[in-house]
Amino acid sequence: MTPEGSLLAAEGLGKTYGQTPALDGVEFSVHAGEVVAVMGPSGSGKSTLLHCLAGIISPDSGTVHYGPHSLTALSDAQRSALRRTDFGFVFQFGQLVPELTALENVALPLRLNGTKRKEAERRAHEWLERLEVETVHGRRPGEISGGQGQRIAVARALVTRPRVVFADEPTGALDSLNGERVLNLLTDAARDTNAAVVLVTHEARVAAYSDREVVVRDGRVKDMQAGLI
Amino acid sequence: MSIGHTLLGLLESGPRHGYDLKRAFDEHFGQDRPLHYGQVYSTMSRLLKNGLVEVDAVEAGAGPERKRYAITDAGITDVAQWLARPEKPEPYLQSTLYTKIVLALLTDRNAAQLLDTQRAEHLRLMRGLTERKRSGDLADQLICDHALFHLEADLRWLELTAARLDNLAEAVRP
Repeated sequence: MTPEGSLLAAEGLGKTYGQTPALDGVEFSVHAGEVVAVMGPSGSGKSTLLHCLAGIISPDSGTVHYGPHSLTALSDAQRSALRRTDFGFVFQFGQLVPELTALENVALPLRLNGTKRKEAERRAHEWLERLEVETVHGRRPGEISGGQGQRIAVARALVTRPRVVFADEPTGALDSLNGERVLNLLTDAARDTNAAVVLVTHEARVAAYSDREVVVRDGRVKDMQAGLI
Repeated sequence: MSIGHTLLGLLESGPRHGYDLKRAFDEHFGQDRPLHYGQVYSTMSRLLKNGLVEVDAVEAGAGPERKRYAITDAGITDVAQWLARPEKPEPYLQSTLYTKIVLALLTDRNAAQLLDTQRAEHLRLMRGLTERKRSGDLADQLICDHALFHLEADLRWLELTAARLDNLAEAVRP
């Protein structure tokens, strides 16, 4: 079980790559509807933390709690199923499927969950409208701008109404204006659906969209609010 | 920058004459603007009046009497409180922040915590500006963006300084 009030929580997470410790006794938690920024220098372990929290990689020690589940105790197949239904992902470079149109990309997570094509595309259309990229629904990723691609990636992350959205440097490849637009749309949509957002970034202007920030340094996490004198 | 707090911090390592204080100040912080003797003596007389320093010894010589100043317990508390209190984020804070960090290192206080406290204060203000920008008109957005970019520059400096803290400690400690 997660600690009271939190939706997703990590306890004593440890992860080592070869001789290099990436995470060292990490504690972390996020509530429903809360946007938490995970900051820290390159190589500090922020992305490793995100991947452990999302069940993409398994920690060497410690536990990740999600509601009644211990992610670390689930099988790979169970974790994959949970990721498809409950988690959404936005990465730095969209990672859209190049052969699919914008609409098909957004509908894809629903199709993988067994939603019928017509219903999946209807809901995908709604999210494309909301993210203000409806006009490019028939184009493929190679035919749209980076900013549009990232908004499509946000639509794809939110179309399943996930309870947790993991965003890893979601605006790292965008100019300021497009980055701002993506962050406004992402955080507004997540708050409207009461989703938690784990926002990995090294940029303070991006972290300023969060409710709270933690800093990862040398594999350890510091909650900045708790650290105030 | 608070000259009073800086001189107090420099006194923590041991009593000094006014002349020594000026020399220590100029060595650490006076690259661009060395302290005038007058500033040292007027600051010391204010600190003396407020009970933050005391006269430890008076040496009579050919010229005027030379007072040696020592920090009091109240003075140590005052320095600790000043170092722990984050500065109000505003442009060109670096000289004050730099002074605080060097003093924290010189007095064996937690300089990393000082940087973290300041960083949290900066982000708190950035959050407020981002919120105002989101609900404001174009003028609000432009005004807030200007402040946000400046604050971000401060934060990058804080991060870089945190990464260089060990080197800085080696450079400033005697």
